[in-house]
Amino acid sequence: MARLLSFVLNGRRRVDAVPDNLLLLDYIREALRLTGTKTGCDGGECGACTVLVDDRPRLSCLTLAASCEGKRIDTVESLAENGRLAAVQRGFHEKLGAQCGYCTPGLIMVSEGLLRANSAPDEDEIREALGSNICRCTGYVKIIEAVQHAARLIARGEAP
Amino acid sequence: MSAGPVHSIGGYVPMVDGPEKVSGRAKYTADFIEPGTLAGRIYRSPYSHAEILAVDVSAALALPGVIAVVTGADCDKTFGVLPVARTEHPLARERVRYRGEPVAAVAAIDDATAAEAVRRIKMTVHELPAYFTAEEAMAPGAVNLHNHRPGNIERDVLFELGNVEEGFAAADLVRERRYRCAEVCQNQMEMHAAVADYDALRGRMTVHASTQVPYYVHLMLAQILGMDMAQIRVVKPHVGGGFGCRTETLNVELIAALLARKAGGRVRLVVNREETFITHRGRPETEIRLKLGMMKDGRITAVECECIQRGGAHSGYGIVTILYSGSMLYAIYDLHRVKYLGKRVLTNTPPCGAFRGHGTVDVRFAFEALLDEMAGALDLDPFTARRANYLTAPTFTDNDLMVNSYGLPECVDWVERESGWTARKGKLGKGKGLGMACSHYISGASKPVNWTGEPHATVKLKLDFDGSVVLLTGAAEIGQGSSTILVQSVAEVLGLDMGRFRIISGDSDIVPKDNGSYSSRVTFMVGNAAIDAAQNLKKLLVAAAARKLDCRPEDVECLGELYRAGAQDKGVSFNDVVTEALKDSGTITVTGIYSTLPASQGGKKYRGAAIGGTMGYSYSAQVVEVTVDEETGVVTVDQVWVAHDCGKALNRLTVEGQVQGSVWMGMGQAMSEETAYHEGLMLTGNMLDYRVPTIADSPPIAVGIVESDDPHGPFGAKEAGEGSLAAFLPALTNAIADAIDLRFDELPVTPDRVFAALEKRQREKRAGQQAA
Repeated sequence: MARLLSFVLNGRRRVDAVPDNLLLLDYIREALRLTGTKTGCDGGECGACTVLVDDRPRLSCLTLAASCEGKRIDTVESLAENGRLAAVQRGFHEKLGAQCGYCTPGLIMVSEGLLRANSAPDEDEIREALGSNICRCTGYVKIIEAVQHAARLIARGEAP
Repeated sequence: MSAGPVHSIGGYVPMVDGPEKVSGRAKYTADFIEPGTLAGRIYRSPYSHAEILAVDVSAALALPGVIAVVTGADCDKTFGVLPVARTEHPLARERVRYRGEPVAAVAAIDDATAAEAVRRIKMTVHELPAYFTAEEAMAPGAVNLHNHRPGNIERDVLFELGNVEEGFAAADLVRERRYRCAEVCQNQMEMHAAVADYDALRGRMTVHASTQVPYYVHLMLAQILGMDMAQIRVVKPHVGGGFGCRTETLNVELIAALLARKAGGRVRLVVNREETFITHRGRPETEIRLKLGMMKDGRITAVECECIQRGGAHSGYGIVTILYSGSMLYAIYDLHRVKYLGKRVLTNTPPCGAFRGHGTVDVRFAFEALLDEMAGALDLDPFTARRANYLTAPTFTDNDLMVNSYGLPECVDWVERESGWTARKGKLGKGKGLGMACSHYISGASKPVNWTGEPHATVKLKLDFDGSVVLLTGAAEIGQGSSTILVQSVAEVLGLDMGRFRIISGDSDIVPKDNGSYSSRVTFMVGNAAIDAAQNLKKLLVAAAARKLDCRPEDVECLGELYRAGAQDKGVSFNDVVTEALKDSGTITVTGIYSTLPASQGGKKYRGAAIGGTMGYSYSAQVVEVTVDEETGVVTVDQVWVAHDCGKALNRLTVEGQVQGSVWMGMGQAMSEETAYHEGLMLTGNMLDYRVPTIADSPPIAVGIVESDDPHGPFGAKEAGEGSLAAFLPALTNAIADAIDLRFDELPVTPDRVFAALEKRQREKRAGQQAA
């Protein structure tokens, strides 16, 4: 069965017919071809598919699209505005929080979710918030620096 | 105005492709989603070892929406990375040799249909005895997995350089220990994927693949498809890590191409995480027997090392791996009596490959652990024991490895100082400890596996009317930052801002061939080729500037954006120089090449002695600080100090990132990662059971960069992405020994193992008290 689904994706209201059993991840990637959101595992293991649903990080591979009726969904593609990278993106770019870049959209969205709720997280809060996202390149040292850098950019008003 | 040339190397430079990665615009193979693309799926063997009697695909073919099915009957060719060991079929024929080996594949209109079609495939077999350990496979009477490998020995290595018995006889202390390292897997974030597009009208094949070696994929596609190489195009998009599992052609890209040709269209084959684990090519389970002789001052008098690797069902890089494990005993310390016995064994488990630190890691673990233990027994500080064995560069080792630069002493000094070793050792309190160890790695294999006589690396630069420079390279950017390093290198030579450059890598229609990203070869070899190309371009620009300035070329001063004849000259702008230069030839393309010195290509003292030869060895030293909870067996790494001799840090940001990533990957292997099987069935084919450290488990890693200025490296650089992995393993077990006086010779050191060892000691203590 399918249903008409109404929600706000990356700031734009959409009304789409969505099968009941379609995962949010497959809807975003395969149907909308917003391929910034990644698939890294067979379900709920790695965090690469994280998006924000009403500002909170959510694994899109464990979420049915149909459960998002009336909600706001943000993917990594929503962050850069007017040709400017968002603070969290600048953090990951400038501090080398991204190497191969495959886990990066998920880590960026989980960090964005953290920063929306807590604009000045300490190191323990960063570790806790990012604890279910796996990165295989960095050893996480520079990811922590990336989030701290993003928080500073926001505090100084240097990036959205 | 006389702004000088812009400098691009030596600083903290974010990656040139970073903006794509953080914005979600970077496309990886699975992201090429186009209408009309068929979905591919693989049917895999449920048996570990069996003769195939029949593969029935009729029910799959009958399913509406199924466009093509391929089996071993569709391809009788074999593939493999080493020219001497190309014995693997993309789809098994006659026999399956590991559980999960591809047997058939389906292309269908969508993924659900393909999945259903795979469920309808039936295989009938005659089962054979299966061997899941090296010991079982080598036992007398075992069935041979491959007829040309009697006794299931893929490769037997034996060399003795110097008289080892004499060395042991002369030693003050001789010890022998056995070590066992579990099999580990790269588990890179991007699952394997290929998109193959067959143009039936022209008979051409285009394959997008998640690979580190587009050229090797090209070669194997031609071989498997029986196609002219000129009819094939290989594109390597962004790649989500590799760590060695993609340094050989995988069955995934070959099966996608077989499907696409049969379907006459475009097939996307993305295997899932479990299949990515089963495709494997990780580090083999390794058993090591190591015997060292040591003098009272720490000097090592003799080494005897026996190494057995459970290689899995196919050769892959196996012959090279077992050779590296022997040859790389050398080139870190001054050793003169070394005996090595290596056995690479074929077993009914997924094939192993070239995991980061290829062949060196497990042996280095054993060596540095035993060295540490013996130093302790001789009342020597672990630093003293290392310092007693330094090499003096330049030199050749006994197995003919050429060592030109050697920053190990500075690395050792740095970690000793920064960790506060002298003041803190032994004073950290109960359950806490410090350990140290060293390691090294090559900067590219001096003799490539596919020897063609061509230069080791070729780079092209294109300069046109717009004044932009396009760098064309086959070097595979896989997240390690190779594209950034190459742009930096070219920009440095020309004195121009990096913003003037674009780089295109990894499309066989456009870029020059490159052997790929493995053995840490890219910065050294392709970097040198990039410098050569930039110098060739600069010559043309200087000649053009000389015409404009009416002076001799040797009097032209290049300031990047400005060319002038002496300090008083107003000069001409880069753009005007370009306009002048184009008058001769139109669009300018220049080539840069690099080849290794024959002296670096290893010796002939034993069969396979070329393995280990390189133009530059990197060096690393580490100190690890741990806390062991004696109630639970949980080991926490509190801090790591690592110093890495990379010759010259072309980019301090990416060097730090590579070194931290290496240390951390070593930590995973040392503490939690292990692929486990039950009767050949992989039990750990997901990221929960294959336990990778999370951000919560991961320590701060302080990086010291040591610059030994290699005489042949690009601007003096050597590798930075592998050499620091191995030292973590022994530094950890040495730290645990310092903390709780227990030495662990089996990896990973999980809480279970620590707890069991603590319990055992407690029991023995009690038994001793009762006896007394």
